[in-house]
Amino acid sequence: MDLRYSDEEEQFRSELRTWLSGVLPNLPPKPSSTDWPGRRAYDAQWQRLLFDAGYAGVDWPVEGGGRGASPIEQLIFKEECERVGAPYVGTGFVGLLHAGPTIIAEGTQAQRETYLAPILRGDDVWCQGFSEPSSGSDLASLRTKAVRDGDEYVINGSKIWTSHAEVADYCELLVRTGPDDSRHKGITWLIMPMKSPGIEIRPLKTIAGSTEFAELFLDDVRVPVANRVGDENDGWRVTMVTLSFERGTGFVGELLESMRILRSLTEFAKRNGSWGDPSIRRRVGTLTASFDALWALTKRNVSEAARNGVPGVGGVVFKLSFSEQGQALSELAMDLLDRAGLSASGLNGGDGLGDLPNAEYVDAWMKSISLTIAAGTSQVQRNIVAERVLGLPKEPK
Amino acid sequence: MDFELSQDQRDLQDGIRAVLEGSLSLETSRGREGRDDVVDPKGWTALLDAGVFGLFVPESEGGVGLGLAEGVLVAEEMGRVLVPGPVLSTMALAPILDAARDGIAHGLFEAPARGATAPGLVEHPDSIHALVLLPPLEDPVTEPTLIEHGDLRYSQVLEPLDPFTPLGVLQEPYPVGVSLEGTSSPQLRQRAMVLTAGFQVGIATACVEQATAYAKGREQFGRPIGSFQAIKHLLADALCRSELARSAVYAAAVTLDDPVVATREADTLGCSVTQLQWRVVAGAKILADEAAITNARTAIQVHGGMGFTWEVPMHLFLKRARVLSSTFGTRSQLADMVAALI
Repeated sequence: MDLRYSDEEEQFRSELRTWLSGVLPNLPPKPSSTDWPGRRAYDAQWQRLLFDAGYAGVDWPVEGGGRGASPIEQLIFKEECERVGAPYVGTGFVGLLHAGPTIIAEGTQAQRETYLAPILRGDDVWCQGFSEPSSGSDLASLRTKAVRDGDEYVINGSKIWTSHAEVADYCELLVRTGPDDSRHKGITWLIMPMKSPGIEIRPLKTIAGSTEFAELFLDDVRVPVANRVGDENDGWRVTMVTLSFERGTGFVGELLESMRILRSLTEFAKRNGSWGDPSIRRRVGTLTASFDALWALTKRNVSEAARNGVPGVGGVVFKLSFSEQGQALSELAMDLLDRAGLSASGLNGGDGLGDLPNAEYVDAWMKSISLTIAAGTSQVQRNIVAERVLGLPKEPK
Repeated sequence: MDFELSQDQRDLQDGIRAVLEGSLSLETSRGREGRDDVVDPKGWTALLDAGVFGLFVPESEGGVGLGLAEGVLVAEEMGRVLVPGPVLSTMALAPILDAARDGIAHGLFEAPARGATAPGLVEHPDSIHALVLLPPLEDPVTEPTLIEHGDLRYSQVLEPLDPFTPLGVLQEPYPVGVSLEGTSSPQLRQRAMVLTAGFQVGIATACVEQATAYAKGREQFGRPIGSFQAIKHLLADALCRSELARSAVYAAAVTLDDPVVATREADTLGCSVTQLQWRVVAGAKILADEAAITNARTAIQVHGGMGFTWEVPMHLFLKRARVLSSTFGTRSQLADMVAALI
């Protein structure tokens, strides 16, 4: 149990800190959340800066063009970026965190040469076509069909929760190539260019009013067989391989962001008088303890990943616990806002209080509702913990 | 940074576990349930021989020379089998009292805070050779005092909640003891808090393990109850609580052990090292208390009606968790403390 950073780790941190302090003041203002081309351009510019400085794909292996940083350095990278409010991956999310690592692990040499560098440079944006309207938690039941026609697949079906589809160049797509009831054994992983004819994109408005997600409708979309990653009907394994890239840093940005909101919320409570309420102070104290513990758990997870290559049980434990604490935090924020929480746009407080943080807190509150749903519902996560960690028997079929 | 256990720490864990299995298994301890003296002399000697009381004593002085990181591992193992007796207080006092490091049982008692209404309950009054009195939490200056057993005036509590924790009500005014010159009360309190939290993590872990084993074996409706999601989710949540608490407790121990880590973290958070230490220690105990109590409740629930019987030991975990959550700060008091530090 050693929480000291090594000299190399400290040096990595200080170089990164210096670079960030030089580059951040020159960034343009962030585009509005509804300006998709603007967001893409902003994220691409940031990614290019990272690329030129050698920080693109900090978690990618060197052979894939990444930096090959250790899990501890990846943690430091996220910590330092969040500390100074550097942009996050944004529209680069799927390419950098999912499709790229999959192609590194399972793609052909030609695929690696075609797709990896543009992701790292910020030139290409990817989206994910995994979930379907009828296949959410039960992903292996997916029905979007791909039929072989010469050296192409002809694809029909629909996908949902496809983030950044409007601005994406490619989609990592899971399709059914086996019989209808083949489940895990009949799925194939494809690279679908988003400019292919037959793709209709319909934005989905979330409860936060944003259009982060879209539905994809695929009507006789043709994708070359050369765009297949892995063997036909082996796409489930290809998908699972990507999960082994997880280094225990999956939600570090979100955790540090929550810790920042907790500090801001404490300041606000002191400003608006609610700090005099012991029940509010107690909730802040308990949440502080929980977030400190999640930070400590993160350090355990990355240490385990550094030793064994994967974070082990801690990853799921983190996801389940953080989701609930994140929601507790945003409920507290709403309680502090009182009726100002009824406005999602900025307000001025009475009695000379000045600008209220209501726009930020209300937005955070609405988004936090997805914490126990996105990336695996908490109910499915609990099944995973119970069956894979505790070894409890599977539900009878 | 490597926050995993080192090989030495794993060996220590295995070693202590073997000693406890041999001399202080829960079955063995249950033979002394409800006695005024729950300390089994053979078991206590085994702890002494295993180096439990000399853990923090420098090797040059005949001890094991380890830190709180190792201390919480030992406490955790003891929590898993509910080792009875004033073992945590004796461990916490070993660095400052020669008698404690030689395995002579000592108690640790917090003077009630100003205006407190609860009676002055002291644990294991018949088993301790002396009692160390900590000043109230709000007084960080006064040194602790030592009161010899013969000077204590107390009446035995007839039915202590935990049959492994006999209690006495100290009669006021408390005797004036000998001041332990040069001993920092905050440091002693923090050591006791972290060890207590470690023991709670052991309780929380044992509850998950035992309830999981039961859920695998117990059949209803023609299948193991552990195949029902309702049971799975209870146990998954319990595992999350014990793992999160474990992380907090290990981090608190390392932060107290290593001034380099403490200084760095304090710098990151923009607070003093003292503030940081209280924050991590209090936070760790909040989560450990919560995990121990709630997991014990969960374990009883999973055992169904049998969990409500005296025979099944789950109630002993819950009761001990309650005892420990009431010492060195309750969750509410500690949450107030953390809030005051930020």
